[in-house]
Amino acid sequence: MADNPQVSPEALAAMRHRFGLDQPWTTQYLLYLKNIFLHLDFGESFSRHQPVFAVLRTGLANTLLLASAAAVVTWGLAIPLGVVAAVRQHGWPDRALSFLGFLSLSVPEVLSGLLLLWLAASTRWFPVGSMHDLDYDTFGPLQRLGDTLRHLLLPALTVGLIPLAGRMRQMRSSLLDVLRLDYVTTARAKGVPESQVITRHALRNALNPMITLFGFTLGSLVSGSFVAETIFSWPGLGSLTLEALNTKDQYLVMGSVLMASGVLIAGNLVADLLLAIADPRIRHG
Amino acid sequence: MSATAALSPAVAASRPWSPLRDFWRHLRRSPLAVAGGALLVILYLMALLAPFLAPYAESDIDRERFFHPPTPLHLRDAQGHWHSPFVYGTRAGLDQSYEVDASQRYPLRLFPRGAHYRLFGLVPCDRHLFGVDRPGRIFLLGADDTGRDVWTRLLYGAQVSLTVGIVGIAISFTLGLLLGGISGYFGGWVDTLIMRWTELLLSIPGLYLIVALRGVFPLELPSQQTYLAIVAILSFIGWATLARVIRGMVLSIRQAEFVLAAEAMGASSLRIIVRHVLPNTMSFTIVAATVAVPGYILGEVFLSFLGVGVQPPAASWGNMLNAARSERVLTSFPWMLLAPGVAIFLTVMAFNFFGDGLRDALDPRKTPAAGGRS
Repeated sequence: MADNPQVSPEALAAMRHRFGLDQPWTTQYLLYLKNIFLHLDFGESFSRHQPVFAVLRTGLANTLLLASAAAVVTWGLAIPLGVVAAVRQHGWPDRALSFLGFLSLSVPEVLSGLLLLWLAASTRWFPVGSMHDLDYDTFGPLQRLGDTLRHLLLPALTVGLIPLAGRMRQMRSSLLDVLRLDYVTTARAKGVPESQVITRHALRNALNPMITLFGFTLGSLVSGSFVAETIFSWPGLGSLTLEALNTKDQYLVMGSVLMASGVLIAGNLVADLLLAIADPRIRHG
Repeated sequence: MSATAALSPAVAASRPWSPLRDFWRHLRRSPLAVAGGALLVILYLMALLAPFLAPYAESDIDRERFFHPPTPLHLRDAQGHWHSPFVYGTRAGLDQSYEVDASQRYPLRLFPRGAHYRLFGLVPCDRHLFGVDRPGRIFLLGADDTGRDVWTRLLYGAQVSLTVGIVGIAISFTLGLLLGGISGYFGGWVDTLIMRWTELLLSIPGLYLIVALRGVFPLELPSQQTYLAIVAILSFIGWATLARVIRGMVLSIRQAEFVLAAEAMGASSLRIIVRHVLPNTMSFTIVAATVAVPGYILGEVFLSFLGVGVQPPAASWGNMLNAARSERVLTSFPWMLLAPGVAIFLTVMAFNFFGDGLRDALDPRKTPAAGGRS
């Protein structure tokens, strides 16, 4: 803006003063902290002339939607696949899955996202970006839901596939550990069908470590959604951060980094709480 | 080990047991690790020799051949006659389509003269490994949106993308080792200070922190300074995880008697940390470093992909992906995505395989009989 001849030096000085940019950086930072702690005020976005919090609220909601959908993808695939791999240990499904898992560790998110975008662009089965269709406003509520889900699918797949290989591996080894225990042998000796031994007896205890991981993964999914958001133009926190960086909107950048960290820390807290709920040994330990 | 000595005492006598040789022996047993290591050597050699292996200069623009598809090498012409490898000339049609012109044949030449460059940044040279005579063009992997050869850009991009990993690791692991060592050795308020600092870094989601730190540097920078900025950002973030693990290891190592002995002989604290304590964490550190390199490479790819990293005309794998992200390019000119994509995939996979093999070879609990991956 300083290069723009239409903006007078007086107007610039007035703006600098309004945003506190004429103060030394220590004062600016202390002022920033004071406003957050006392008034929950994250400052004002330079480019949008709106409070940062208002700008980020929608972005955060969209990112959380994407991260939750990605969590559904990860856990919805990891648990059944891990169970299959454990039940058929050393069989062909187990080998195929572990080979695919190892390959997928070498496909970074930028690449898988672009490949999915390629799929969408060449087959036209899926929309190629943004969150809604252009005539979203004319849709009824059910149609709106379907439209959002259709737009959500590919980004969620992109984000959800990253931790999939690791989670599948953990589910497999966790179930294998439980299947070796005496109470499983007892159940089998009683004549319980094998399918029930797995689902009723073994799986319940095998899911315990997965619950802890759920919270931790939630944090990493938020970080992971950054790439998917920019590839599929999903209007989330990541897209906002990038836009803020390009428009030198420092309070918006700071605000979104703070929010993302908040989600990560909340995820870790949720992990601890979930485990305490699921496993009585933790509560009384 | 004893079995080998018993079988060939002469060999055993001339080549005494050493940790390094033992390590090589273990590493060689895992074919995947060897393949990964070999692939890494090839990739880094290609980056080093990029100007020679590339037929054109890094940003040699051809205004008549935007989005030119890959030119296949032929051995037989339309009449069924055999030749040495050659490419056909092409005529530009409508809307970036190209027609093969079978009347123009350009034989592949070895070591032709071309753009001037300095080999290893020193030796002036104008020979390239291969090329075709003008006005023919050889695009092994196609051309990009301004008619630049994708193969050439891939090689020059490797110079940026592959070295970011090595330089970044070198800086952040030095920091991580030193700070982790100091933290674990001294304990007390120094430990608290360093550990709280690492927790602060680790509680911010990685990609957000990278982008936010990018804002510390001006957005428009010459490509060399951008490169340095990226390395600085990635190293600034990367040391924290290592420092925490090293601290834990140092806490137990510092109880050892050799540390007490060094203290009794009056060695300075820094000397004890660097010469006595840290070498004991080396096998872990080497594995951790190998496994961490892809993270740095992907960090550069990520920033350049977002358009805030290395800027064209300088090539990097990230900004090549960025050029490929539009719908039109993906559907009509997929080589622009596939070329850097496959390069990134191969690099990350090679590091994963090699790191896995290293872990097994350096594992102190390994048994001589059972090599390879478990």
